[in-house]
Amino acid sequence: MNINLKYIPNVILPLLFAAFCLVSLPAFSQTGHNHDHSGHNHNHDKGHQQQPARDKDTHPADHGDHGPCPHEEVGQFDAGATAFHHIADANVYSIGPLSIPLPCILYSKDDGVAMFSSGKLGIGHHQTGHKAYKGYVLYHGNIMRVNDNSFPKDLVEPVCFGYKMKKDAKGHDKKVPTAIYHGKTYDLDANSTFLGSLVGGGITSFHDFSITKNVMSMILMLLFCLWLFTAVARSYKRREGQAPSGLQSLIEPVFVFIQDEVAKPFLGPKWEKYLPFLMSLFFFILALNLFGQIPFFGGSNPTGNISVTFVLAIITFLVVSFSGNAHYWEHVFWMPGVPAWVKTILTPVEVMGLFIKPLTLMLRLFANITAGHIVISIFVSLIFIFGNDGATVYTGKALGASVASILLGLFMMAIELLVAFLQAFVFTILTASYIGAAVEEPHHH
Amino acid sequence: MFDMLFLAEFTVLRPNLGLIFWTTVIFLLFWGLMAKFAFGPIKDALKKRDGDIADALAEAQKAKEEMASLNAKNEALLAEAREERSKMMKEAKETKDQIIAEAKQKANEEAKRIVSNAKAEIDTQKTAALLEVKNQAGMMAITIAEKIIRKELKGNPEQESFANSLVDEMNLN
Repeated sequence: MNINLKYIPNVILPLLFAAFCLVSLPAFSQTGHNHDHSGHNHNHDKGHQQQPARDKDTHPADHGDHGPCPHEEVGQFDAGATAFHHIADANVYSIGPLSIPLPCILYSKDDGVAMFSSGKLGIGHHQTGHKAYKGYVLYHGNIMRVNDNSFPKDLVEPVCFGYKMKKDAKGHDKKVPTAIYHGKTYDLDANSTFLGSLVGGGITSFHDFSITKNVMSMILMLLFCLWLFTAVARSYKRREGQAPSGLQSLIEPVFVFIQDEVAKPFLGPKWEKYLPFLMSLFFFILALNLFGQIPFFGGSNPTGNISVTFVLAIITFLVVSFSGNAHYWEHVFWMPGVPAWVKTILTPVEVMGLFIKPLTLMLRLFANITAGHIVISIFVSLIFIFGNDGATVYTGKALGASVASILLGLFMMAIELLVAFLQAFVFTILTASYIGAAVEEPHHH
Repeated sequence: MFDMLFLAEFTVLRPNLGLIFWTTVIFLLFWGLMAKFAFGPIKDALKKRDGDIADALAEAQKAKEEMASLNAKNEALLAEAREERSKMMKEAKETKDQIIAEAKQKANEEAKRIVSNAKAEIDTQKTAALLEVKNQAGMMAITIAEKIIRKELKGNPEQESFANSLVDEMNLN
């Protein structure tokens, strides 16, 4: 049998697609099974929750992971909640069925710094723990703190979870999770949110400085890029004066593209000084974008998290501001060549522009990546929306929805792949243009 | 039911101080390490290679030009050599002609000289031969005269003794 090698990709790609479809159905079913918990519809009263008795009508997929806790009743499947949960950061790293605990570094005013592995809280079903340590619990992948000093600080179990209704600042009813330990219900705090009043959340009883899923992904990508690029740099040294080969051929076109199409046109003679920064932005964002798209690999989403894009935007802002020459600042604060009354309008606009530029950088990257992930998540959720509210997925409707979902998801993933490159490029080229404007020498007409 | 679960909150839009801290640390590390160990060296290597390629092209152009000028020089040399050769040939021919002419002249002269020598010899020989003939003829005349005289004198002793005395006188001389 003579198989022409060049046809192998043509064979492998459909095979991979078929394998993906085969694997997807049960895997997505599994996801749905997990998430039918996230869609709980608590139409029972609080007293009912606190009773350790199980509901009699538990669904067949119950594994009893909840131990002595009351089983959370299956409710309406909530695609939005599923999507939001999947793009969120977590203190647990899930790769397929594996749940890898991550180091937690927590600070509270009352108890100071606490460092331990999230595995200590017992990672159970749906990334929810059943133990408490130093007043911290693991709930849906996130560390939360029991905001009650009477709660034991030692490692205790079992801890169960419920919720209670609470009025928020606007007077809306809001569900807040509670921990139940030895029949007593405790309030739970989520971690503090920076600039809380703007976007919800706020300063709570503790700060989370943990190596979370996103931090872990960034560390992994840092190490990966270091390995990849130092290998390439070594090849350049070893194969000096020769044509590129192997990894060099992979990196060089991209590198030269950013260098020649982004750095040189915008920065002119100063391109060499800013090249490492632009390259770092591009490859950091690109690596994280692509890493976040690997299915069943933790679903890390750093570039779709405002904290990460915030840092990138702030650093860009600082680089631009510190690079700005007198010419640049003059144009911001006192635009030459326009009447004084125009300056009173222009100056505020220009000063706002200083901050709006990094703000748009931050939001653009965040929104693009988050939107892509949410859409894929929603497409997958179609299976459970069509499949009897997520209770059983092996129905005709669910099967049909699975096929549609896979096709739509595949399409969306292709788009996301494009977006991964595009957004890394857009962030970099805009940064280059901002730096270029800041370092531009005055032209004498 | 549109009850939102607790986790349905859009947490990715909430900046977290811990994540901000770690992102700052990791990105600055990324920037610093990659600039030092990857982007810097790669940029330098690419720049050097670009320079090398430009140099190589310039050198090739230069070599081409040099080659062309060398060719022209060779051509000139060849032409010169050809000219030299034809000149030499011409000279050689001239020399040859001259030598031949000289040789001819010499030969002519020699021939003339030989001829003149031969003439002189012939003259000498002729003179000698004539002399010989004259001598012979003298001798024969003398002999004939002697015989005539002897016959004349036979009957005349006086005459005979006079002749003898003449002969004796001659012999004595």
